[in-house]
Amino acid sequence: MAKMRGAIVVDIERCKGCNLCTIACPLNLVTLSATVNHKGYNYAEQTDWEKCNGCTSCAIVCPDGCITVYRKKEE
Amino acid sequence: MDEQKKDYVLLKGNEVIAKAAIRYGYDGFFGYPITPQSEVLETLAVDKPWETTGMVVLQAESEVASINMLYGAGATGKLAFTSSSSPGIALMQEGISYMAACELPGVIVSVGRGGPGLGTIQPGQADYNQAVYGGGNGDYNLIVLAPNSVQEMADCMGKAKELTFKWRVPVMILSDGVIGQMMEKVELPPFTPRRTEEEIHQQCPWATNGMGLKGRKYNYHSSLEFDPLVMEDRNHKMAEKYRKIEAEEVDYDTYKADDAEYLIVAYGISSRVSMKTVDTLREQGVKVGMLRPKTLWPFPNRILNEKAENLKCILCVEQSEGQMIKDVRLAVEGQVPVYHTGRSGGMISSPADVVDAFKAMARENISKNWPKGYWIK
Amino acid sequence: MAAPFGGRGALYMTKEELIQPENRIYGKPALMNDTPMHYCPGCSHGVVHKLVAEVIEEMGIEEDTIAICPVGCAVFAYRYLDIDWIEASHGRAPACASSVKRLWPKKLVFTYQGDGDMACIGTGEAIHAMNRGENIAMIFINNAIYGMTGGQMAPTTLMGMKTATCPYGRQADLHGYPLHITDIAVNLEGTCYVTRQAVNTVANIRKTKKAIRQAFENSLNHKGCSVVEVVSTCASGWKKTPEQANQWMTENMFPYYPLGDLKNTNE
Repeated sequence: MAKMRGAIVVDIERCKGCNLCTIACPLNLVTLSATVNHKGYNYAEQTDWEKCNGCTSCAIVCPDGCITVYRKKEE
Repeated sequence: MDEQKKDYVLLKGNEVIAKAAIRYGYDGFFGYPITPQSEVLETLAVDKPWETTGMVVLQAESEVASINMLYGAGATGKLAFTSSSSPGIALMQEGISYMAACELPGVIVSVGRGGPGLGTIQPGQADYNQAVYGGGNGDYNLIVLAPNSVQEMADCMGKAKELTFKWRVPVMILSDGVIGQMMEKVELPPFTPRRTEEEIHQQCPWATNGMGLKGRKYNYHSSLEFDPLVMEDRNHKMAEKYRKIEAEEVDYDTYKADDAEYLIVAYGISSRVSMKTVDTLREQGVKVGMLRPKTLWPFPNRILNEKAENLKCILCVEQSEGQMIKDVRLAVEGQVPVYHTGRSGGMISSPADVVDAFKAMARENISKNWPKGYWIK
Repeated sequence: MAAPFGGRGALYMTKEELIQPENRIYGKPALMNDTPMHYCPGCSHGVVHKLVAEVIEEMGIEEDTIAICPVGCAVFAYRYLDIDWIEASHGRAPACASSVKRLWPKKLVFTYQGDGDMACIGTGEAIHAMNRGENIAMIFINNAIYGMTGGQMAPTTLMGMKTATCPYGRQADLHGYPLHITDIAVNLEGTCYVTRQAVNTVANIRKTKKAIRQAFENSLNHKGCSVVEVVSTCASGWKKTPEQANQWMTENMFPYYPLGDLKNTNE
């Protein structure tokens, strides 16, 4: 069965931890990290990449353009 | 034969500004009506240059908008000008400071009237400080040209075009209501085509017009800098440029000044009045001459300083309560006394007024009362 | 790339296999450079900047765009998008854009202004540029507060809303009423497209992007003046988290500044 698989890459140093991506993710797969980046922000990270379908919601709402989304149909 | 081929016309100073701009290939005019310079926009509206040379003409909603339109035009590498009079120029000061800060080209024609405030609509020269020292904030200078005839109004439009792009400094043409309104015979310049977009692209790599963006870093014009060290550096570089302009671009004219014991210093309409005064006094055997700054900034300091050695005193003639006199005094560095005469609030000295003032000054100077006061009635 | 455990690779991609350039479907637009933006976390400005970059990229008009930025939070917009920018004095961006568009008629010319810039100090320039039908696009970020100076009252501040200069809430007798400049724009003959959008949800962001594209096309096609108001959050100025700010905006701003197209002469 074909299934959309997705994954995100967060530009950790640009991320300001605004949390908008975690709210936007319909599958609740994004969270803020326990550690901080050089600026002191808790940055966004994906919790369970295997469930991600690459819907891009998190990246679209990101004000700083920190999230890159990859998606591929798995046959 | 050649004389006949030339475009001699009888025109007002303001009309000539408009016609010269079209012929020198200006790209745009943005301005707001104000007496005594409204004929600039009126003439452009009648001549419709947008149908011939492609020059853009726009009546703005205010002088504030006009100067910011000029700012936009200059930023993209286009040659544009605005014109206004005293209170209107006052409104433009913020925009002028921004243009100077971003080192943008642009020409501002100021046809002075009596002030302060709304003042009068009659001619005045009380805007010397406004033009030369500026009402805008920060360390900046404008190149200030001072025409004294309708012909020079035309010539200044050409000179301003050259200087503003050569130095990337806004140029102000400081005229007055007399020269703006009076009619004289004038030879109009030949038509120069406007620069093509490709030429602007070649000549102005700093311009923010998107051209060639993919092959370069993007351009921007901003006067904002949060890092004071960077801001200071920008100011130093601008100051260096200003020192070069001071060394290269001073322009002045002298009249019967070679053997003069007394010197009259005057610009604009006052220089026309003072020429007659010099003639009258010369007929009476007084060795008097005149020096006329054609650039008010940079000011002809060196020539004044040199001349001062052989002078008894200097009379500064301005149709104001005395503004340029401070620059003259700085230039002569105390070698000779400097006096002021002139009328203000829209009144203009007659040559006889200046003769009387000159005689009063000569008496005062001989009695060695200087410096008890410098204002000669 | 070889998948671990032999045949399973065909069914189960590894993360490394997925994260390959050919699978990249969304990310920071190329026109948006790597300079970290000075905006506070969660600021709507970032999203709108991104949309502007995406639209210019999609239209392929990088070399035909001249942008004018304001005084206010977006004053440094020129640091983030790799297009030619002119930073205008406070409120005068529409005047600046008017001359630029008239001198460069084939270019896209747009202003990017906040509420203080467009609806307060520059109301005159904004309304006259709209009324002259200047072929420019105006992006108007309305967050009902002065962000850059630290949360003072704006012309668009809601009644009763607390700011640094109306700490007890905006009152009509002291401060007057919020200015609906976009609604004024609708009634001006020179405007061709006036819309009010927001960037709080994925759906709204998509609509805003469409609106920006429409406005940019209008500028290129000489249809008249387009105004895209983006009702925005100012989490810092409102003293809220970005999440709370979005919620507050939905509950308080949208009733006062309802979203949707207000005028479209193309339809």
